[in-house]
Amino acid sequence: MSLWVDKHRPRSLDKLVVHSRQAKQLKKLVSAGDCPHLLFYGPSGAGKKTLCLATLRELFGPGAEKLKTEQKTWQIQLPTRKIEVELATVSSNYHLELSPSEAGRRDVHVVQEVIKEMAKTKSSNAMFQEQSNMFGAAKGQQGSQEKKKGEAPKSVKCTYKVLLINEVDRLTSHAQHALRRTMEKYSKQCRLVMTCTNLSKVIDPVQSRCVCVRVKAPKQGEMKSLVAQVAEKERLTLPETLAERIAEGSNRSMRRALLMLETCKINRYPFEENQEIQLPEWELFIKEIAQSILKEQTPKSLFQVREMLYKLLVNCVPADLIFAKLAQELMCKLDDELKYEIVKMAATFEHRLRLGTKPIIHLEAFVAKFMSSYKEWSIRIFG
Amino acid sequence: MPGNNLRLGAGPPAGAGGGYAGFGAPGGSKAAAAPAPGATEEGQPWVEKYRPERVEEVCHQGEVVEALKSAVQGKDLPHLLFYGPPGTGKTTTALAITRQLFGPELKKQRVLELNASDERGIQVVREKIKSFASLAVGHGVSGYPCPPFKVIILDESDFMTKDAQNALRRIIEQYSKTTRFVFCCNYITRIIEPLTSRCAKFRFKPVVLESLTERIQHICDREGLTLEGGAMAALARVANGDMRRAITLLQSAARFNSNVLDVEALYEAAGVVPDTEIESLLQVCMKSGFSDVERRVKEMIYDSFPLSQILLQFQEAVVGAEGVEDLVKAEICQKFAEVDKRISDGANEELQLLDAVGFAHQAFAKARG
Repeated sequence: MSLWVDKHRPRSLDKLVVHSRQAKQLKKLVSAGDCPHLLFYGPSGAGKKTLCLATLRELFGPGAEKLKTEQKTWQIQLPTRKIEVELATVSSNYHLELSPSEAGRRDVHVVQEVIKEMAKTKSSNAMFQEQSNMFGAAKGQQGSQEKKKGEAPKSVKCTYKVLLINEVDRLTSHAQHALRRTMEKYSKQCRLVMTCTNLSKVIDPVQSRCVCVRVKAPKQGEMKSLVAQVAEKERLTLPETLAERIAEGSNRSMRRALLMLETCKINRYPFEENQEIQLPEWELFIKEIAQSILKEQTPKSLFQVREMLYKLLVNCVPADLIFAKLAQELMCKLDDELKYEIVKMAATFEHRLRLGTKPIIHLEAFVAKFMSSYKEWSIRIFG
Repeated sequence: MPGNNLRLGAGPPAGAGGGYAGFGAPGGSKAAAAPAPGATEEGQPWVEKYRPERVEEVCHQGEVVEALKSAVQGKDLPHLLFYGPPGTGKTTTALAITRQLFGPELKKQRVLELNASDERGIQVVREKIKSFASLAVGHGVSGYPCPPFKVIILDESDFMTKDAQNALRRIIEQYSKTTRFVFCCNYITRIIEPLTSRCAKFRFKPVVLESLTERIQHICDREGLTLEGGAMAALARVANGDMRRAITLLQSAARFNSNVLDVEALYEAAGVVPDTEIESLLQVCMKSGFSDVERRVKEMIYDSFPLSQILLQFQEAVVGAEGVEDLVKAEICQKFAEVDKRISDGANEELQLLDAVGFAHQAFAKARG
């Protein structure tokens, strides 16, 4: 049994509701059996991956959905030494998905060697691919009813593989530079489809080589109707107000909304209108931290907060998320005058964290700084 | 940045010349991997399809073209260093020269092209480049000048390590009889002085509006595209002197829409934030409370406009805003610059945008008194 998020992910471009305009454009784009390099950008849970996968399906037919997850190891010969890079990949006959950023500082080698190697070798597979393509398409036509006629001959045309790269924005700039020429050189045999949350972190040369697709997060209203749709598919009766509250609490992330819905279902069904929506645990925890910061501004309290922050970090909550959330939590309880200060502090320390290595130091510095200016402010106001 | 580059070339420091003999590395094999010439295939990017094949066709680089004219007729060619912003025709010129000198066939033997996607540490310089440089030149083919030397194109050479650049110094001189080097780079400051002094330097200017328009019109005619209304001007504004960007944008907009393109389609393809969004952000900043600012910033992040673009356009809007003192504008701009740096360091988008916009909000409020 899969999560609802995966279960109800729209599979084809026609079925997409939220990004129907983009879907139509993408459909036209790949209708000739051709696909430029694509770069999808948008916040998490906006539907980048869904668009990606639906596009792949449009290109290659249902064969692109027969996935195989593998932990692959590449041995890369560097001039001075030999290194091994291990990455999790998901592949079908037509595409390979990987997140080179997982390789950390070695991502540049992954890009240079692995991708290049893939891009190079696949051309010799074109024949084989064409055959399996036809086979897959024919089989698909018998098997699934969704498949429309006339799609099959299209997919045969593609003699290239598609490489799906997640989180390009998290590649080092070195690795991104290594990508640029690879994209041009091997464009015949290999097309890149990439996703990222932060377009500003993708270097210009890479951006300019792609068709960039902006994926907006669904609007609140859209979110509500989507949640209602999923509930209907699961044969649940979902009170209107609860749907509204889920949409509100979802931060416009589809994934989050559906996870919330599923947790609600597990907690209590049939639904009640004023049922509590459980927030992710880490968010509750940050709320707690914010409260204890506001309650007492002493070295002792700082020490306690430090322990709590450690707990978050140990549980792999990204430090920049902690910053954003903590600042937000603190802000909603404060005067406008202090808000500027907090934002400024959070932004400064978060930036330093990015340059530094130990998150806890910067988080703690932020808390300490906040405590001191909050204390100062309250003394000034209340005496 | 340059410090970063050192990481790749972890080899021993550059020995001066050094007495070591042949590493029998594969020399010319790389040359075959140069971009596929002239194949007019459907799926080909237009930048490749419409890449000028002759030096004279490279647009808006009059002086450079003039200077290279005699060189491509087969007279002597100095070592070359092309520098300038992206999309101005550096690689194109380098490739065109070799094409005109040797023709498509001989080019495979005589030209070695290396760029940032190839490993270019010191080892590669010592092995691949050196062994290619030391090869003797064969006979020419008829129909082309075929001067008696080989050409090594080092594209994006500002991304070579300092060590590797140092190792090149001697190689350039040693084999100058049979080998010419062409360096292409964005930032000449990242090329070490001893290398620049060995080359004839050519600066490539950003492509101006007229040349850009001419070339784009040419492509539109060939591809059966129509640009509506101010679309050409919009394209030029977005491209900002970068021909490659203009052409790629044109292509992606054309692929995404019908054959008639308007301003909106181009802006969408370029990821430009609509002016109305920026205007509303500015209004919120100048007139509403902080919580509205916060909400607006969130909205913009969720609508996934690229942050650098928001900042750029918002800065434009602030500078153009009426009824605001110059000093206030200057302060805000300074803040924006700081935030931009932080973004490029990879800081959290939401916090940084909130910081920038919040600062502007505060400054406006202060100015109002």
